[in-house]
Amino acid sequence: MSSRTILEKKQFLVAIDRLCYELIERHADFSNTALIGLQPRGIYFSRRIHKRLSEITANNKILYGELDIAFYRDDFRRGKEQIIPSKLNINFTVENKKIVLIDDVLYTGRTIRSALDALTDFGRPSKVELMVLIDRRYSRDLPIQPDYTGISVDTRANDKVKVEWKENAKQDLALIVTS
Amino acid sequence: MSTFSKKHLLGIKDITSDDIELVFETADNFKAIINRPIKKVPSLRDITVANIFFENSTRTRISFELAQKRLSADIVNFSASSSSVSKGETLIDTVNNILAMKVDMVVMRHPAPGACVFLSQHIGANIINAGDGTHEHPTQALLDAFSIREKLGSVRGKKVAIVGDITHSRVALSNIYALKKLGAEVMVCGPTTLIPKYISSLGVKVEHDLMKALNWCDVANMLRIQLERQDIKYFPSLREYSMLYGLNKERLDKLDKEIVIMHPGPINRGVEITSDVADSKHSIILNQVENGVAVRMAIMFLLAGRG
Repeated sequence: MSSRTILEKKQFLVAIDRLCYELIERHADFSNTALIGLQPRGIYFSRRIHKRLSEITANNKILYGELDIAFYRDDFRRGKEQIIPSKLNINFTVENKKIVLIDDVLYTGRTIRSALDALTDFGRPSKVELMVLIDRRYSRDLPIQPDYTGISVDTRANDKVKVEWKENAKQDLALIVTS
Repeated sequence: MSTFSKKHLLGIKDITSDDIELVFETADNFKAIINRPIKKVPSLRDITVANIFFENSTRTRISFELAQKRLSADIVNFSASSSSVSKGETLIDTVNNILAMKVDMVVMRHPAPGACVFLSQHIGANIINAGDGTHEHPTQALLDAFSIREKLGSVRGKKVAIVGDITHSRVALSNIYALKKLGAEVMVCGPTTLIPKYISSLGVKVEHDLMKALNWCDVANMLRIQLERQDIKYFPSLREYSMLYGLNKERLDKLDKEIVIMHPGPINRGVEITSDVADSKHSIILNQVENGVAVRMAIMFLLAGRG
């Protein structure tokens, strides 16, 4: 087993700053935009984005929520592991809003497919965009692409991409683990 | 996080406190879902559930049905009175015939204690016990404990008095198991004839004076007198029972604290509980009913998810 670092502390900060400015370019004052992080692992990234974006824009009213997709997954009863839901926290209506879905790693696209289903059960957004920290290119099972990307990497199917955050591990670190 | 340890939900006795916590955490999500405009998720869309009821039921049956519909399951309903059971078919034959039509999960209520355990030894589908005679009623106990957790923040350390017909109540037995596993103190209260002799071996206190029980507890769970299961007279009259063990406003006012009032339904108003108490702000009876749907969704989601 070997591992290769793809992002470290400083690069996290740079990537998060850049992604925030890309959001500002497209969403201006965020009056009709909401950021939604995907449970369970995307929320560390989405919380950072929300925090940094609030600092840069000096706007503490940017809508933010966290979506759990456990009940919408397409591998229910098909995988070995039992699916356990995480906390859901969306205290606003998504009707007619621009939604930015935020996750840490985009791989097959199945999580995002489930998230789109889950999201429509909260209403009809006027637009949905996707932000990911790490895009594993050329590995999609579904026609889903990110609008905002921290870094794109090429991986093989049996590689694992691991993202650690200060909040759940010791440090900010992204690795490709090859077995 | 842990996973649900059993393939069936036959009783609270067989599951762990981790299982119960997992059900509660999952039910929190479902409670949020059933309170939003679109109250449905697609999780169980490829599952068929048979609701097999050999005994009457209103709440439990509707609650299970709604829970199944909100999980997008397909359902078939079966009640003994309008079926081939009256033509002499055995339980296993009845259920196997239903399963032959490709049913994945069975929710069963049956008058014989242990009917679900028996069934689980003979069929492959997930089984959920919706009440087996005087034995257990696990989903009721889970929703009762969930409602206490919701109202008081946690179950651990709380004092719960279960009042009434303990001998014939499956709700009482399942509640005792669930509350003890979650770290609550439990007291049963009722006339000597309606309290089983060895109940204290389950680690519960026994009290025959209602006022003492009420003064002790944080939560009073008032049970119905199960006249349909009583083959002999256990007390002189309902009027006398009501005078000694009925919860009324006068008794509540005498307490120097506020307690939470629960009832699993159906209520016999004026017997175990008066209308002014059942409809008062202390009562969480309708919250119990609402939580029942969320808790049953959680159970079915977790059992089905084990594959």
